[in-house]
Amino acid sequence: MTQPILSVQELKKYFVVGHTGLLGKRTPVIVRAVDGVSFEIYPGETLGLVGESGSGKSTVAYTIVGMYKPTAGKIRFMDTEIGANDQRPKELKKAIQIVFQDPGSSLNPRQTIKQILEMPLRVHRKGGNRLEMVLHLLEIVGLPPETMYKYPRMLSGGEKQIVGIARALATEPSLVILDEPTSALDVSVQAKTINLLLQLQRQFNLSYLFITHDLSLMRNVANRVAIMYLGKICEVANTADFFQKPLHPYTQMLLSSIPVVSEEEEALRPKKVLSQGEIPSPVNIPTGCSFHTRCPFAMPHCSKVDPPFVDMGGGHLVRCHLYP
Amino acid sequence: MQPLTETTLKPSSLTLEQVKQLERISRREELGRNWYKFSRNPISVVGLLVVLTVVLLAVFAPYIAPYPAHAGPFTDFANAKKPPSPTYWLGTDQIGRDILSRILFGMRSSLLMGVVVLSLVVPPGVLLGLLAGYYHNTWIDTLIMRVTDIFLAVPPLILALAVASVLEPNLWNSMMAVSLMWWPWYTRLVYGLATALRNEYFVIAAEVTGASTAHILFREIFPNTVSPILTKMSLDIAWVIIIGSMLSFVGLGVQPPEPSLGTMIADGAKYLPDQWWIAVFPALAIVVIVLGFNLLGDGIRDMFASEEA
Repeated sequence: MTQPILSVQELKKYFVVGHTGLLGKRTPVIVRAVDGVSFEIYPGETLGLVGESGSGKSTVAYTIVGMYKPTAGKIRFMDTEIGANDQRPKELKKAIQIVFQDPGSSLNPRQTIKQILEMPLRVHRKGGNRLEMVLHLLEIVGLPPETMYKYPRMLSGGEKQIVGIARALATEPSLVILDEPTSALDVSVQAKTINLLLQLQRQFNLSYLFITHDLSLMRNVANRVAIMYLGKICEVANTADFFQKPLHPYTQMLLSSIPVVSEEEEALRPKKVLSQGEIPSPVNIPTGCSFHTRCPFAMPHCSKVDPPFVDMGGGHLVRCHLYP
Repeated sequence: MQPLTETTLKPSSLTLEQVKQLERISRREELGRNWYKFSRNPISVVGLLVVLTVVLLAVFAPYIAPYPAHAGPFTDFANAKKPPSPTYWLGTDQIGRDILSRILFGMRSSLLMGVVVLSLVVPPGVLLGLLAGYYHNTWIDTLIMRVTDIFLAVPPLILALAVASVLEPNLWNSMMAVSLMWWPWYTRLVYGLATALRNEYFVIAAEVTGASTAHILFREIFPNTVSPILTKMSLDIAWVIIIGSMLSFVGLGVQPPEPSLGTMIADGAKYLPDQWWIAVFPALAIVVIVLGFNLLGDGIRDMFASEEA
């Protein structure tokens, strides 16, 4: 295979959220939001990162994009090691962009769309006709030129999100991190936005890290899917493999909880694995395999030993004591 | 490596003229919307009119006042303490000066004090607030906010009294003293807003893209603090006018014979209640000015408030 555009190795991000105990005996309360995550993204592909709320998927995104400094682990972008250095070089900021979940908060309410789109142009594309570039960006994402002088509050949620996408594209990135880009939108608008994202990916050869909690969306969007649970990845597979033969009990649980509407879909659905319990708090991650508290196949040693990744062939990785 | 460069940039379907026109139309629409929101509350329009009238009267006082000479050293004991009449609309004071003329000139120093104090106070206060808020939980925040606390601990009026008693008691020294104590309120206000705004995704997007700190402070955060700042300014200008009048009342502000609303009230108070017009009309002038600015402040707040919704 070709060289990955982004490679993340044993990424860890811990947060200190407070302290317990009295003076002298104070121990920090640590949230292990991301606890050893590794994956690669290849040029032009979409990696879907799926997980419940609180599984640490957004933290992964924010660490890659440079909002957080990793506690441990490595992030490689093309040939450069990032994450280690305090100040990211400008080329990196240009190459990695992010689209946020909440289109309401991601656009400045006091700026016109033109001003919003000019910000990245001002930083990364000095010279050139900025007005033309803004018009061109709007054209690329299919918004009318009149949008330019509007304020975000005059746009619908979907249009705002599209402006967010245009802003990310303005720096000509090669990797775009999509942090639940459609979960705040209506279903009808979701489909439109997804189509736009796919079309832009083909047009500009973008790589996507697509973060979502919507598994069924992944079937149409992602080339590969990674499932995250409590700060760790438990299964990575090509989308087809992933939906046809899910291996990890957690994946099976998630897939069997997708509602189906037709016979064919029912046939595709894996054997029923009942969803039980809630995701434990990341402050108190269970020992051993962190999923053992909810796993229907849990064995005695699951609570003691954290299973390693096993390659089940064709890049289908799973982290469970049931395999190999 | 990406085909989004200028070489692939198709000529836009719009001509430059059309774009310019689009901008003009949008500007006009935006103005219209703001005026609509402001004027929806008729009381704020009244406030705006009062403020405009007061400002115009003060600026053109030398041309409007019936007896401009009465603002200076002038005495006419024959006409002292005359009640309101067609000759002297608001009566005359204890040494025969026209009260209307003196009110018009007195408004000048009141407004001047308000404008000078606010223009000295707002820029540094806002800048420090932006810095402390953006660098929340760093030493910059601690330094700025602790210094702010120290200044907040001293009441402005007391400091003005102290300064005036050490230095020469005049309007300028009082204004400096009030200014010195007033900026922390703006720092506090903007600090509170900026600490919240720095976590908004549009600020994070600018950081992640590599925008400069100046861009983030002044183009991303600052525009979102303008409405509370303007509202506070219009309320504060009334406060500064009151403080200025208080200082003049106790003899530490504008020095006689130059007219000031505060001094006029102080002088007239001795002749209450028989020659009531000497004190009451300057007091009413203060009430009208303060009320006008307060109503204007409410209007500005309303104008911005519905935008956020």
